[in-house]
Amino acid sequence: MPDESIAEARRQSEICNACRYCEGYCSVFPAMHSLRAFSDGNIARLANLCHNCRGCYYACQFTAPHEFDMNLPKALADVQVASWKRYAWPSQAAKIFDRAGVAIATALALSIAGLFWLAAAVRPEAGQGFYAYMSHEIMLSVFIPAFLAPLVSLAVSLRRFWRDTSRRAPTLRGIASALRSAGRMSNLSGGHGDGCNFEDEDRYSNVRRHLHQFALFGFLLCFASTCSGTALHYAFGIEAPYGPFSLPKILGVPGGLLLCAGSLGLAYLKTKADPNLGATNLWGGEMAFVLLLFAVSLSGLVLFAATGTSAVSWLLPLHLGFVLAFFLTTPYSKMAHGFYRLAALAQDAEIRISGDPLTTTPSAQFGSNSEDNSASGK
Amino acid sequence: MEPSKIPDKIDVLVVGGGNAALCAAISAREKGAEVLVLEAAPKSFRGGNSRHTRNFRCMHSGPLGALTDSYGETEYLEDLLKVTEGRTDRELAEIAIRSSESCYGWMRERGVRFQPALSGTLSLSRTNAFFLGGGKALLNAYYRKAASAGVRISYGSPVSHLELKGDRIVGADATIDGETARIAPRAVVAASGGFQADLEWLAKAWGPAARNFLIRGTRYNRGAVLRDLLDQGVESVGDPTQCHAVAIDGRAPKFDGGIVTRLDCVPFSVVVNKLGRRFYDEGEDLWPKRYAIWGRLVASQPDQIAYSIFDSSGVDLFMPSLYPPTRAESIEELAGKLGLPAAILASTVSEFNASCRPGAFNPTELDGLATEGLSPPKTNWARPISRPPFYGYALRPGVTFTYLGLRVDRGARARTSRGPVENLWAAGEIMAGSILGKGYLAGFGMTIGTVFGRIAGREAAEHAG
Repeated sequence: MPDESIAEARRQSEICNACRYCEGYCSVFPAMHSLRAFSDGNIARLANLCHNCRGCYYACQFTAPHEFDMNLPKALADVQVASWKRYAWPSQAAKIFDRAGVAIATALALSIAGLFWLAAAVRPEAGQGFYAYMSHEIMLSVFIPAFLAPLVSLAVSLRRFWRDTSRRAPTLRGIASALRSAGRMSNLSGGHGDGCNFEDEDRYSNVRRHLHQFALFGFLLCFASTCSGTALHYAFGIEAPYGPFSLPKILGVPGGLLLCAGSLGLAYLKTKADPNLGATNLWGGEMAFVLLLFAVSLSGLVLFAATGTSAVSWLLPLHLGFVLAFFLTTPYSKMAHGFYRLAALAQDAEIRISGDPLTTTPSAQFGSNSEDNSASGK
Repeated sequence: MEPSKIPDKIDVLVVGGGNAALCAAISAREKGAEVLVLEAAPKSFRGGNSRHTRNFRCMHSGPLGALTDSYGETEYLEDLLKVTEGRTDRELAEIAIRSSESCYGWMRERGVRFQPALSGTLSLSRTNAFFLGGGKALLNAYYRKAASAGVRISYGSPVSHLELKGDRIVGADATIDGETARIAPRAVVAASGGFQADLEWLAKAWGPAARNFLIRGTRYNRGAVLRDLLDQGVESVGDPTQCHAVAIDGRAPKFDGGIVTRLDCVPFSVVVNKLGRRFYDEGEDLWPKRYAIWGRLVASQPDQIAYSIFDSSGVDLFMPSLYPPTRAESIEELAGKLGLPAAILASTVSEFNASCRPGAFNPTELDGLATEGLSPPKTNWARPISRPPFYGYALRPGVTFTYLGLRVDRGARARTSRGPVENLWAAGEIMAGSILGKGYLAGFGMTIGTVFGRIAGREAAEHAG
């Protein structure tokens, strides 16, 4: 991990640790204040715990032009990205994070072109609905590897992250707590329930929290819709397209609408927020990712609306192209944040419940690295 | 704000931009007044010393929001009388204390959010309500509230003169956006803080040593309005020579280091001056009861600097400051790193170590573990400093606030020897010396600012209306 981002986050954490005014905002501060010294693993966990709600930035009396130059949301966001790169598998793929916008655009172009080519080159002779344009076998031969490979990559990455930050295996109670926290987005509540500071400086608002929940639950509903379709296909022999009152549609249409609204809303908020409080050079990549989610959900809804028309011939490969690009870039785009966040939340919950700091190396004695980590201000 | 945009009619001019100023501005606006706030600091440093605060002391008869248990008027007043040794205006003190309970809800309604007492401050969970995010978050809420209510706010706009004619303020001279402007408000609330950032003023009382003091709060509290009003015969209160100073990390910046420069290591260390010699009992009492005297103690040492020396057995007993301590494997090496005479420091430490006696060490109470035959003694927590690595912090006096202020009546109105000034009110640190004439009571400055800010704003608006 680039030492500068860790060193800068450590410098700022030591200032936070001597202040503690922000303790009530989110999970980061109680976790931070329970430590006296910060190992690289501690910093990586804190960074992935941070939801970038920015409450601490606007409350901080030491932000620039103060010489302490505090900007914890940015410092932790930079460490977050650095940790994703550090743990990325295969390691060479880490570079993709630096050009996430370009990567998404490239994946998109290739995926769409590839699927159009497939649709044209191996047009099925027979088949109903979608399968009149692309056979089920071809879809599977593309999407099974495109779905599994990113999952394998993420699993390896998360395992590396976990081994660097925790001495013990994940616990059920930790994971359950992480899922509850993510489901409620409780770390974007601001502690007081008024929400976070994002689109209008220090004004608290729950808009971002709710939009994120739209996107999250919309995405999960869409995913459930796909799973239910698979189940219907294989277990019951019922093939797509499914009617409006079928399980895939009951899950997929609201899911698509939620994801559409959530992703578009998040993209809009992003244009209002101060880019200097997030990760350096990731703005474009994050925006591309959010817009890709929007494209996936919108094209899915349009495809549903166009069922039975000839437009399916080009809407289908287009939608599948968006989905494919999304899958392929998942381990190396903003999408990774969800997986690391759950891991960090699970560790944090376990630490709180058990009192075990989970440290992987004996905690550095306070002050033992005073020379290199000196928080001497700027 | 450009001078041309200053409204023609100003009912209430609020001088200052901290807690008391904003409470006054919001209260006056809620009474229907046209309010202009002139804050000397730029927006990024707005809020005076309030930006460094974290709680206010609040009377309450039962659990109230983040406050536990109860804290009654009698106990509150006793706490105040204890620290001030009676140097308080009883009538004003009772107003501040009694009104504090209603402040909690008033603050919440105007956007302030509270949180449970911070880790390490559990002793305050009953008496002090902590602002979520601290004083700057409180100010952000007030500035938002004020702006949305129609209060006009101008940053970087110091007021240089409030012209007193007879018993009225007839005009205010200010610099707004680099241009001088003359304003004629109907009423004025002076809420511009103390003078602790004016080192030359401090030096008049303290001598040249004051130039080595660090100022814990804003660099903008230079007392210009206070000086201006005193020069025109507005009555003062409080000891003009005194300031509240504590010992802080000697590496702290000259201004605005705030809470993070605090050091709690003294009871678990020996403290020497730059000559390497001890000068006071480090274990006299529990730290919360003693930290306020160490500012003065350090201020009276050569070059206004001292060094707290401890070993690995003491390093985890206190909350760290923002800087790690200087660390060394031997006392001589530590002396070298701190710039102290090595031989003298070594002999000071070994003399101290030789005078330590066996016994039970308990960092959280007076353990009676005292030195024998040492002068000055260390009367508690005296354990040999012998387990490397060794650590040291430089200590310097850090000024928190000054006591000199304006005398006000129960309606927060200022006065001259001829009687009240008809249209001048004062709130916050600029009049806090009336109530807190000596010592320090955590969170009470914010209580005074909130209570008298609200009173001043209301009274000024009524006068103007």
